[in-house]
Amino acid sequence: MSAVSATDTDFLTTVRDIAERVAAPNADMVDREARFPVETVQALREARALSALVPVELGGDGVPFETVAAACFELGRRCGASAMVFAMHQIQVACIVRHVGGEPWLADYLRRVANEQRLIASVTSEVGTGGDMGRSIAALTEAGEGRLSFEKQAPTVSYGAHADDLLVTLRRGPEAEPGDQVLVLAQRDQTTLRQNGTWDPLGMRGTCSPGYLVSATLPAEQALSTPFPRIAAETMVPVSHILWSHLWLGIATDAFDRAREFVRAAAKRNPGEPPPAALRLSQLLSELGLLRAEVRAGLTDFLEMSAEPGRPRLSTMTAAVRFNSLKIAASEQAPRICQAALGVCGIVGFKNDTPFSVGRHLRDTMSASLMIANERIHQTNAGLLLIAKEV
Amino acid sequence: MSDATVIEQIRNVIAEHARLPGEAADLPAGASLYEAGMTSHASVSVMLALEDAFDVEFPDRMLTREVFESIDAIAAALSELAVGSSA
Repeated sequence: MSAVSATDTDFLTTVRDIAERVAAPNADMVDREARFPVETVQALREARALSALVPVELGGDGVPFETVAAACFELGRRCGASAMVFAMHQIQVACIVRHVGGEPWLADYLRRVANEQRLIASVTSEVGTGGDMGRSIAALTEAGEGRLSFEKQAPTVSYGAHADDLLVTLRRGPEAEPGDQVLVLAQRDQTTLRQNGTWDPLGMRGTCSPGYLVSATLPAEQALSTPFPRIAAETMVPVSHILWSHLWLGIATDAFDRAREFVRAAAKRNPGEPPPAALRLSQLLSELGLLRAEVRAGLTDFLEMSAEPGRPRLSTMTAAVRFNSLKIAASEQAPRICQAALGVCGIVGFKNDTPFSVGRHLRDTMSASLMIANERIHQTNAGLLLIAKEV
Repeated sequence: MSDATVIEQIRNVIAEHARLPGEAADLPAGASLYEAGMTSHASVSVMLALEDAFDVEFPDRMLTREVFESIDAIAAALSELAVGSSA
């Protein structure tokens, strides 16, 4: 599998086309009505984009990770919620693909992801854990005849009602400590979702992420044998932070582009005289450059660490600090850029129905610092920095 | 320092810093500290205390979950850093 093949370019061209042709015209409606971006996800399914990361030998398209990251960026430029749904799904696929080992059921499941273009949602957060993904309260329990069951109270499940399957963190058993977690793949027909409360948030409204009481009974083989802490360190955490930061960069880039269009329009009205906002646009570009650089550097570091046999560096605390800081930096910088773009565009940026509107961009990126709260990540990094050396 | 002393000292550090729900003295040397309830936060305290107790610095490549998985694993890591008498 070559890193830059015609297929990869095709894949990115296809996703870019879906972003422009399908995601962009629906973005305002998806945002206003807080509804799932059905058209975009359908188009991505038809393009087989949901199995992009599944290896060719399992029926997927074997698209390199960096190309999927670029696809998150492209979708982010047109519809933040669509990009987030796409990214969240790819994170779940990556967790299975990179830790599938010799488990026949999981390999077979990946074939089904490819054939049926199944959409996977994540159930990692839990009421009562204070936002710590590394601890679970809900546990797997024996349900007889080689079956297991669980019941988990999740404060948010992104697109839970629209997913075909759920990837759930749980304690290994009723006696297990909170940190002794496994990852379990629950299919929709094995699962009951009871929604708690409503979904009317400030931004990322199309992700449709209310809370649910999730319960399921399933065959024991649907629990991944690799312990969750390892999957988290090697895949879930870095891949989440990288794909999220790519889509946040996409949203911020579109906010910048709108601000630039605004300045150009003003310049055309008064030729020969640079509009006052042009200066602020230049400042904005340097802020965007910082975000771009950190997002790219994070991706490069991850690719390097992933390419080593056994991926030993990804399990180190130094790697945890590195990808945690990517998340913090990108999630703080993206809304800052959107707000500065609003400053450039002024009232026409503030209004929701102009070509220069950036309200949705600002609201969508404001969710970034809350998705795994930055405060908690700072706490983790603060601890790790006491012991990690070359950060 | 003999191997037995090293194990004893590691056990003392665990007792003081791992914040396990059970008694560290009863823990088999091969048992998983994480399964015994050591959180990742507590594991950082354990690492710091070990560096202090044995006057070593764990290089970044050793700062993984596996290296601090059990008393035995920690002893192996320390011996790699030339603590104790193991050849």
